[in-house]
Amino acid sequence: MNAMTQETGLRTLSYSEAIREAMALAMDRDPTVILMGEDIGVYGGAFQVTLDLIDRYGPDRVMDTPISELGGAGVAVGAALTGLKPIFEFQFSDFATLAMEQIVNQAAKLRYMLGGEASVPVVFRMPAGSGTGAAAQHSQSLEAWFGHVPGLKVIQPSTPEDAKGMLLAALDDPDPVMIFEHKLLYKMKGPVPAGHYLTPIGKAAIRREGRDLTIVAGAIMVHRALEAAERMAQDGIDAEVIDLRSIRPIDHATILASVRKTGKLMIVYEGVKSFGVGAEISAAVAESDAFDYLDAPILRLGGAEAPIPYNPDLERAAVPQVDTIEAAARRMIRREV
Amino acid sequence: MTDTPDNRPFAIRTYAPDQLREALKRMYLIRRFEEGAEDSYMRGLIHGTMHLSIGQEASAMATCMELTDADKITSTHRGHGHCIAKGAEVGRMFAEFFGKETGYCHGRGGSMHIADVKTGNLGANGIVGGGLPIAVGAALSAKRLGKSDVTVCFFGDGANNEGAFHEALNMAAIWKLPVIFVCENNKYGMSTSTERSTAVKHIAERAVAYAMPGITVDGNDFSAVAEAVHHAIARARAGEGPSLVENLTYRWRGHSKSDRNRYRTKEEIEDWMARDPIARFRAELIAHGILDESGADAIAQAAIDDVQQGIEFAKSSPAPAVTELTRYVHAEA
Repeated sequence: MNAMTQETGLRTLSYSEAIREAMALAMDRDPTVILMGEDIGVYGGAFQVTLDLIDRYGPDRVMDTPISELGGAGVAVGAALTGLKPIFEFQFSDFATLAMEQIVNQAAKLRYMLGGEASVPVVFRMPAGSGTGAAAQHSQSLEAWFGHVPGLKVIQPSTPEDAKGMLLAALDDPDPVMIFEHKLLYKMKGPVPAGHYLTPIGKAAIRREGRDLTIVAGAIMVHRALEAAERMAQDGIDAEVIDLRSIRPIDHATILASVRKTGKLMIVYEGVKSFGVGAEISAAVAESDAFDYLDAPILRLGGAEAPIPYNPDLERAAVPQVDTIEAAARRMIRREV
Repeated sequence: MTDTPDNRPFAIRTYAPDQLREALKRMYLIRRFEEGAEDSYMRGLIHGTMHLSIGQEASAMATCMELTDADKITSTHRGHGHCIAKGAEVGRMFAEFFGKETGYCHGRGGSMHIADVKTGNLGANGIVGGGLPIAVGAALSAKRLGKSDVTVCFFGDGANNEGAFHEALNMAAIWKLPVIFVCENNKYGMSTSTERSTAVKHIAERAVAYAMPGITVDGNDFSAVAEAVHHAIARARAGEGPSLVENLTYRWRGHSKSDRNRYRTKEEIEDWMARDPIARFRAELIAHGILDESGADAIAQAAIDDVQQGIEFAKSSPAPAVTELTRYVHAEA
């Protein structure tokens, strides 16, 4: 460890270690925080994110649930309504489809339906995304679905530092928050500050400053966009890469300011292209004064209009990759779109 | 030894006369509230729809008899009676139905989301079975936070065929949570009878599948309901886990305002109206000397007065400002 990292308390942790550290920190600070989910105890969760936490906090605070996503999510909602702060892990975010009732009708709406007389401080952890060979029912990116629901907050951190800080911010929030964790990021390492800190929900981060075009991306697409940007930089193309971080609420100000600067906007996301995050951001730009600064059509690069396939080549082709992001950006710069 | 067994009904020998008179008052209040709501709807003072619980008053009141404000209930779309039985004021309830700022939900919830968190009512629910897992979560909170509070989960016969029923009862049982599942079986889920919808004769039989006690009682018999729930509450407070109580009852009115009563006969409705839970409880109290006729009449009149005052309060209350449409979506900073 060099002097600088000692000063700032930065350690290198994986994304999953950062989430685990956030949960442990939260449980140390607040006895009402509990973890719930399928096989999160001795098994450590399907992606080992809760590994060993049951040894530290016991089965009353690290609760294995039956395979009951609807009921489990509802128990978490009821517990949140009455004094606990549950972090509920869906084993795969796809399984939240079984719990839509409790998430969409109950968690999201209870505060409003009860005229502000109730609060549902629940966090749903959502392992998401493709690239694991798990095919159509274990690989989806459904974050935009939940972005459509007033009352929910939807975030997707792309770095270990943000994973910790945004999970802690989610726990600090009196309303339900869904945190989408891309499965391919779990092993990614990065600097993570020690101790308790909050990364605000609703603020995007500019990961690379540039003049020539704006690329807005989320989760693993941030890293692919950054790699594509570095390749293009060798040819003098200077892309700005914005890490969306939060889908609901969206940080319009950061995106619009960037578009006013570059005049070109590309949105890269893993969810199915149509009716998604790209449409929302495109519309926000089209409805704003930033529209006047555009000197090329907006480009959405999203997931294919198909379920995630099993065959690895097909699976790769179903979502944006570094090559496809780079090629699309170069076409945009050449005004071929 | 001159001990003679006390053969009086459970409620009479268990509760103080004041408590019993208050219970009768609240049953009248439920009946008159529902009638007042229906009348206001007919006059166009209330929009939307509503699900009336006339005929089910004993189930609501007797179930809530031993609950404190710290104990929780989750309610259903037919939840006005539960709300009153748990201790809500009818004025603020009418105000909610009238969509007023002074309503329990500041006009945002209406009939189907009526709640009174301060008296432990976590809310009616527009989703059949929606409250079942939430009740289990409330019971989990009590257990984890070391409180002796219990949660009563009201649900109907329709909800017993939802997947949430299975998941919720199973989890409550494996974790031995202090929750009492109270099924108000009024024979019909909208128009579909339990005979056509449910494989078992009595919903309480399903308790066996969750290794919890299950009992079916006459839901129009105040004392029978109170006794069954009393034992379930004692079991829950003792940390022994959940129970299922099935109250057989009947709604005199249709499912909602769209109901044209095509699925049940006039004879059936009249037969159940002859088993009026309020008239039965009133007669029981008089028979056991808790009240006389004039005392009962005074209680009934007091309920009428409360409802009239409640409606006046609602009418004269301000509506929410349209500029506050999105208030309460999130916590205010």
